[in-house]
Amino acid sequence: MTASLLSFYIFSTVILLSSLMVITSKNPVHSVLFLILTFFNGAGLFIILHAEFLAMILIIVYVGAVAVLFLFVVMMLDFKISLDKNNILQYLPIGFFVGVVFISELIIVLINTKFDLSNIQILVNPMIKFENLTNTEAIGSILYTDYILYFQLSGIILLVAMIGSIVLTLRTREGVKRQSIQSQLDRNYKSTITMVDPKSNEGVDI
Amino acid sequence: MIELNQFLILSALLFSIGVIGIFLNRKNVIIILMSIEIILLSVNINLVSFSYFLGDLTGQIISLFVLTVAAAEAAIGLAILVIYNRNAGTIEIEKINSLKG
Repeated sequence: MTASLLSFYIFSTVILLSSLMVITSKNPVHSVLFLILTFFNGAGLFIILHAEFLAMILIIVYVGAVAVLFLFVVMMLDFKISLDKNNILQYLPIGFFVGVVFISELIIVLINTKFDLSNIQILVNPMIKFENLTNTEAIGSILYTDYILYFQLSGIILLVAMIGSIVLTLRTREGVKRQSIQSQLDRNYKSTITMVDPKSNEGVDI
Repeated sequence: MIELNQFLILSALLFSIGVIGIFLNRKNVIIILMSIEIILLSVNINLVSFSYFLGDLTGQIISLFVLTVAAAEAAIGLAILVIYNRNAGTIEIEKINSLKG
C-alpha cells in the first residue's frame, strides 16, 4: 500500500465522519467546527491530487473566511437548541429513503463503470503544456489569459454579494443620538438664549 | 495506486450526506447552509479528481469559480438569516412558514 493510498483512506474516512457529524450534532457550534475539519481533509485530498493551489485556497477561503463567518453568525444569533425527538422522527423515513436511493444508485453506477481516460485526445489545457511550471504558475498562466472574462465575472459576483449583504443587514435605528454638524453650526445665541426680566415673587415662565 | 472511481465514490457519498442533511435537519437554517457547503466541496473533489486523472487543468479553474460562488452564496445566505432572525425572532425551519408552503 503506497503512502498516497494510505493517506487517501485516512482523509476520506475522516471527511465522511466529520461531514456526518456536521449534519447530526445538536450544537451548531460543533457543526461549524466539524465543517472546518471537513474542509481541512478536503484540502488534504486536493494535495493528493496534485492541486496544491486549490488546497491552500480551500483552507484560506473556506476555513479562514466562510467557516469563521458561520461561527460568527452562530454565536451572535442566540437561538435555542430544541431537543424534540418527534420532529426529527417525522422526517426520518423520507430522508432515509432519499438518502439510501441516492447513495445506492450512485455507488452501483460508479462501481460498474470503468472510466478509460487514457486515450482521450481533446484536452483544452493539457498539463503536459505546463510541465516545468508549478501548479500555481500553471493556473495563473491560463486564468489571467484564457479565462480572464470568467475571472472578472467572478469578481463582479463577489462585489454584488458584498453590496447585497451590506444592504440587507444595514439598518437605521431610531433613537440613536448622532452628532449633526450642520445643526451645531446653525446654532446661535439668539435662538438658544432668552433674556427674561423676572419680577419679584412671580417666578419665570419657561 | 488510487483510481478515479475511489474519488468519485467518495464524492458521491459526500454529496449524499449533504442532501440527507438538508432533508433531515429541521432545527435551523444554518445547518442547511453547511450542507450546501458540503455538497459544493464534493463537487469540487469531483472536478479536481477528473482534472488530475485526465491530465487537464480546466477542472481546477472551474473549481476555483465554484469556490468563489460558494463564498458569495454563504455571505448572502447568512445575511438573509440575520435579518430574518431580527424580523421574526426565530430561524427554526418549522416556524418559517409565512409563505404557507
